[in-house]
Amino acid sequence: MAEPGTILAASGLGKRFGALVVLGDVDFAVREGEAVGIVGPNGAGKTTLLNVLSGAYPPSAGRVTFRGQDVSALDAAARCRRGIARSHQIPRPFSGMTVFENLLVAARAGGGLRGRAAELRCLDALEQCAMMPLANRRGETLGLLDRKRLELARALATGPQVLLLDEIGGGLTDGEAADLVGIIQAIRARGIAVVWIEHIVHILVQVVGRLVCMDAGRVIAEGAPGDVLRDAAVIDAYLGPSAHAHPVG
Amino acid sequence: MSGPDLIVQRWTTRSAWFVAAMGALVVLLALGPTVFSAGLTDRLTTLFIYVILGAMWNALAGYGGLVSVGQQAFFGLGAYAAIRLSHAEVPVYPAIVLAGLAVGVLSLAVGEVMLRLRGGEFAVGMWVVAELAHLLVNLDPLVQGETGTSLIALNAVGAVARRGYNYWLALATMAALLGVLFALLRGRVGTAIQSIRDDEQAAGSLGVRVLPTKRIVFVLAATGCAMAGALWLSTAITFQPKAYFSVQWTAYMIFMTLVGGIGTFEGPVLGAVLFFLVETFFGARGVWYLVGLGAAALAFSLFLPRGMFGALDQRFSLRLLPLGYRVMLPGLLLRRGESGRG
Repeated sequence: MAEPGTILAASGLGKRFGALVVLGDVDFAVREGEAVGIVGPNGAGKTTLLNVLSGAYPPSAGRVTFRGQDVSALDAAARCRRGIARSHQIPRPFSGMTVFENLLVAARAGGGLRGRAAELRCLDALEQCAMMPLANRRGETLGLLDRKRLELARALATGPQVLLLDEIGGGLTDGEAADLVGIIQAIRARGIAVVWIEHIVHILVQVVGRLVCMDAGRVIAEGAPGDVLRDAAVIDAYLGPSAHAHPVG
Repeated sequence: MSGPDLIVQRWTTRSAWFVAAMGALVVLLALGPTVFSAGLTDRLTTLFIYVILGAMWNALAGYGGLVSVGQQAFFGLGAYAAIRLSHAEVPVYPAIVLAGLAVGVLSLAVGEVMLRLRGGEFAVGMWVVAELAHLLVNLDPLVQGETGTSLIALNAVGAVARRGYNYWLALATMAALLGVLFALLRGRVGTAIQSIRDDEQAAGSLGVRVLPTKRIVFVLAATGCAMAGALWLSTAITFQPKAYFSVQWTAYMIFMTLVGGIGTFEGPVLGAVLFFLVETFFGARGVWYLVGLGAAALAFSLFLPRGMFGALDQRFSLRLLPLGYRVMLPGLLLRRGESGRG
């Protein structure tokens, strides 16, 4: 797994909840600055993979390495301080704090910054995510789309090397999705690796260079987005075995 | 517009004046015993203890989301520790201060267990801790069960001097605890603890050290409540476990915090003043006074969930204390941002 340039890797990763196996023997790696998309039908284990990578859950089997170091035993907070940040599929704003204060938590705790350096990091992340006008609004007053952008801005304020995004584009209009693509491309341009789970494949492929398709807790296809979307196993997973005549994508 | 050019405002002219005025008020109050009547001096000592109790419960519940219905544990233990220390020949006023600090150290151990509980489990668990503390204190022969004992060493201090010492110690403790809380909330602990209150899991995912942050606030609140208990003992002299480990203390803290404004620094201080006034004028009405307190707390949480100060602050944007952060946006952006408020 210690391929040069690999920043975050999982090997033999498994996660079970009681008798339910959600992830079985997943191998997964991201190179520095790379953008990888993860697709798969509902229940494929995508969010669980993200949770195990970020440290929200400990793995039941296998290990997670960051820059070659085993981080499997670290909790989410410790992994975030090392440079692995994530957004949540269902936004979790700090509702009693302003948007700026939400980011300040991230810049101070996750980014280890103090004073004006922390403020500048937050202002930069707000600007990057086009949220500056909302800086003084309390978290609880935001609508769903702004909450999703807050997830992104907050993760960015930790100063990550890897950004794990969980369905950040769900429910967006085409125009909003285009804005989001622009934001994530700009984040990539800073050399931050991105792992992005998304159902809306056409916005995903505008950003990622590689696509991983999961089904039933396993990786069933991996490679260039076009190839993965034409893969027979992927089509089976989404549409059932009789759908080969009508490829998706 | 570019991010790095923007100013993040904390102090305003108004907040600078307000903090200066509060500092001046504490200095003026320090003259108290030399100016005020004996009765007023005693009453104000009580008020300072109430302010401590309200502020500490608010630190725990309002900023940390740690709703405790067992803070009387520390109030009672503070008084008990003062009795014990004084019995061990520690001079009486140092014993009162040391009692608060000793219970603060003990609360580290209590917190190791209790802070792993969440929400309702923590709330009820703290009540169990209080009951347990009450029972354990009763096992000490020195306390003589519910008969209780007294801080006998206080008798060596003359009545007039005692009144003054009690007042000054209560005032100094209140000012110090409010100062520590203010400094904590202004710094990184302040943002971290509020993020834990709002969403513990999200806070963790952003690198917040959840348990150590909660521990700071828990120990501060325990130390403050223990100091309040020891100070109360210095005014009451007698120690009957049932009176000190009574859940009514926490009920008072909740009342002051809810009515004044939970999650605001100023709120519980305002709540303590109000509680003090209500008690001064209606305290003699017995049961109906307690019924009135309960009804008022209920009405506030239903109709003014952020309390008196919260409502005033929202209505007039008071921002009396520099605890929050305001990004000074150019006018155009500000209007766009504010238009969706609601």
